[in-house]
Amino acid sequence: MKKELTRQQYLDLYYYMRLNRAVEDTMVKLFRQNKIVGGLYSSLGQEAISVGSAYALEKKDWLAPMIRNIGALLVKGVPPRDIFMQHMAKYDSPTKGKDGTSHFGDLDHRHIVSPISMLGDLIPVMTGVAMAGRYLGQKIVAMTWIGDGGSSTGVFHEGLNFAATQKAPFVLILENNLWAYSTPVRKQVPLEDLANRAKAYGIDSYIVDGNDVVAMYSTAKEAVERARGGQGPILIEAKTFRRLGHAQHDPAEYVPKEMRAHWEARDPITLYEKYLAGEKLLDAKNKKEMEDKIEALLGKEREFAENSPMPPAELAEEGVYCTGDDCHKIRAKWERPIAEVTPPKSSVAAVWTVPGFGSGKGSGGTNAPIHFGDAPVSAEKSAGARKPGAKILTKSAAKKTVKAEAASASRKARR
Amino acid sequence: MAVTKGARTNGAGTSEATVGGAQVTFLEAIRQAMFEEMERDAAVVLLGEDVGVYGGAFKTSEGLLARFGWERVMDTPISESAIIGAACGMSYLGLRPIVEMQFIDFIVCAFNQITNFVAKGHYLWNAPAPMVIRGPSGGGVHGGPFHSANPEMYFVHTPGLKVIYPSTPYDAKGLLKAAVRDNNPVLFFEHKFLYRRIKGEIPAGDYTVPIGKAVVRREGKHLTILSYAAMMHTSLEAADALAKEGIEAEVIDLRTLLPLDEETILQSVKKTNKCLVVHEDTKTGGIAGEIAAILCEKAFGDLDGPLLRVTSLDTPVPYAPTLEDHFLPNAKKVFTAAKELARY
Repeated sequence: MKKELTRQQYLDLYYYMRLNRAVEDTMVKLFRQNKIVGGLYSSLGQEAISVGSAYALEKKDWLAPMIRNIGALLVKGVPPRDIFMQHMAKYDSPTKGKDGTSHFGDLDHRHIVSPISMLGDLIPVMTGVAMAGRYLGQKIVAMTWIGDGGSSTGVFHEGLNFAATQKAPFVLILENNLWAYSTPVRKQVPLEDLANRAKAYGIDSYIVDGNDVVAMYSTAKEAVERARGGQGPILIEAKTFRRLGHAQHDPAEYVPKEMRAHWEARDPITLYEKYLAGEKLLDAKNKKEMEDKIEALLGKEREFAENSPMPPAELAEEGVYCTGDDCHKIRAKWERPIAEVTPPKSSVAAVWTVPGFGSGKGSGGTNAPIHFGDAPVSAEKSAGARKPGAKILTKSAAKKTVKAEAASASRKARR
Repeated sequence: MAVTKGARTNGAGTSEATVGGAQVTFLEAIRQAMFEEMERDAAVVLLGEDVGVYGGAFKTSEGLLARFGWERVMDTPISESAIIGAACGMSYLGLRPIVEMQFIDFIVCAFNQITNFVAKGHYLWNAPAPMVIRGPSGGGVHGGPFHSANPEMYFVHTPGLKVIYPSTPYDAKGLLKAAVRDNNPVLFFEHKFLYRRIKGEIPAGDYTVPIGKAVVRREGKHLTILSYAAMMHTSLEAADALAKEGIEAEVIDLRTLLPLDEETILQSVKKTNKCLVVHEDTKTGGIAGEIAAILCEKAFGDLDGPLLRVTSLDTPVPYAPTLEDHFLPNAKKVFTAAKELARY
């Protein structure tokens, strides 16, 4: 399935990538002026992943960003001021100064779940979001991101396994930026393609060029709609590179020069500009207009953020518990008849009926389904038959095969 | 431990021999609470290991799958972090999940998910996670070092959680219902020694017991014994023996450990001027230490003697009956400590 984008969609992707980079550039300035209280993490060179994948979601869908997914927040409509104020620990920030970075969410309106620093925790949480959405009949998809480093945590595997057993409408973007702090991916994972993690859970996966925003969007879109259609969770490995250190304090001298040069030549925004120009979707005038728009917006947003006060000290004592009815306004939003899940309609015979399970016929893992209601599936259609790497887009900015790129990057990483 | 009947008074301060009620086991009270809450609200779901077809390792969820179906009673993989993480995610869409830990010992497998993700959500980003994490806890049944734990204090030390540890069928049902309706994550410990050993009257119809309120189980004037869960019954047994020697112990069931009902504790200690804390949790870092600090801060002038504590030993829970009996507090140890305290 290849989805042609409208001109507006092509330009949206460009706008959000530019905005993502400009927001982070602004924060680097704020950091150097000592206006950012804690750490500053960069997604330089990874903007196409955040933007392309989040852009594939519908308004009702849920996402949970990691620290390098500011682009996803912007696509979901979070104003840049919120991101600035979070980093500056300001009172008007979404967490009122109680936490920094992109550690904030919005349950009510934008359907954003906040990350925490412990990697992988969002995977079961978003699985639960996906399950609840299905239970309520909302037809939503839940999406989160994880890095190459985070894919080694226990909860990554617990979460993905649970999502798979539940066939949850969940999409996981694995950003393989080749480095977990100072440790290269080769030292973390004995796999060339992290998409192969999916095989362990019998779910489908894709490999995509993470520096190609159209490929990223198109792959994510396909995955999102397949998940929404009840085909279960999907893992997308986006091959990319972390251009800066783990955070601002880290000069990343451990990264080989050739590796950095290779990826700097593949900047996702530069690549996309060339593509847009070639397709006559963007000219110098449009580009200038967009740059002016972003500059004006961020000027205002930054001013607002800088003028926001620090939180009053007493705020530290507030909000540990939700007390009273006002602090919990979320009610289950039913989009299916409740009668379906209440007795007598919900009542069942509490016995396992597992066609073919344990009969020996399923030794190949193909015709012994253990999900209730599953029809036996044929070997060709079983999960995992879709080969990673199959998703290569003809209209994408970079036309080389994704695999070759990634392999050369990994070879450099091994040195 | 001679546990014959439930406690003498319930949380409402009335006799448990309520007219129209029924004698049920501690376990049945818990099952009823879940059943009734799921009946009341389709947002309430149950997930955990073997909670569905099998009805839970201790049969606390027996019959729930048959009644409410596969979407609401979910058998999960052995993945405590995933179970609790998923329940948290469900709560964000307005569901009220109940999570069963097959044995509460396994709750530590999800320690990060509970203490970092679930507990901090409301404080940090205004995301309450109403959910109940419940499971069988405690020793005395020769379950060995990995099926006998009392891990309540790991979580009492975590702001954002509520921690309940009931001792009677009446409280178990009423507190579990209150926990399901609470807008915060609540940990609900069920002492497995009590599951089928004690019975109590519970009234017909819906009721809740307020979270964060202790209750006086026996009135007395010579000293206060603070306890909870199975040790509540041990303390009452000791109080009977003490009464025969003319020592009237006031026995208080804490019921909720977080938030702790300081008011009830202080009220009693200011009357008796002596305090003994009895818990099955190990000694160092147990709730007795916290209570001692509270009394030093708020009732130092009222104390006529030291705060004493009768607790399990500072060791893992050993398996052999001879070892476990030595490890656990019992009525005799409580009696001895209380007599020593009464001398002041």
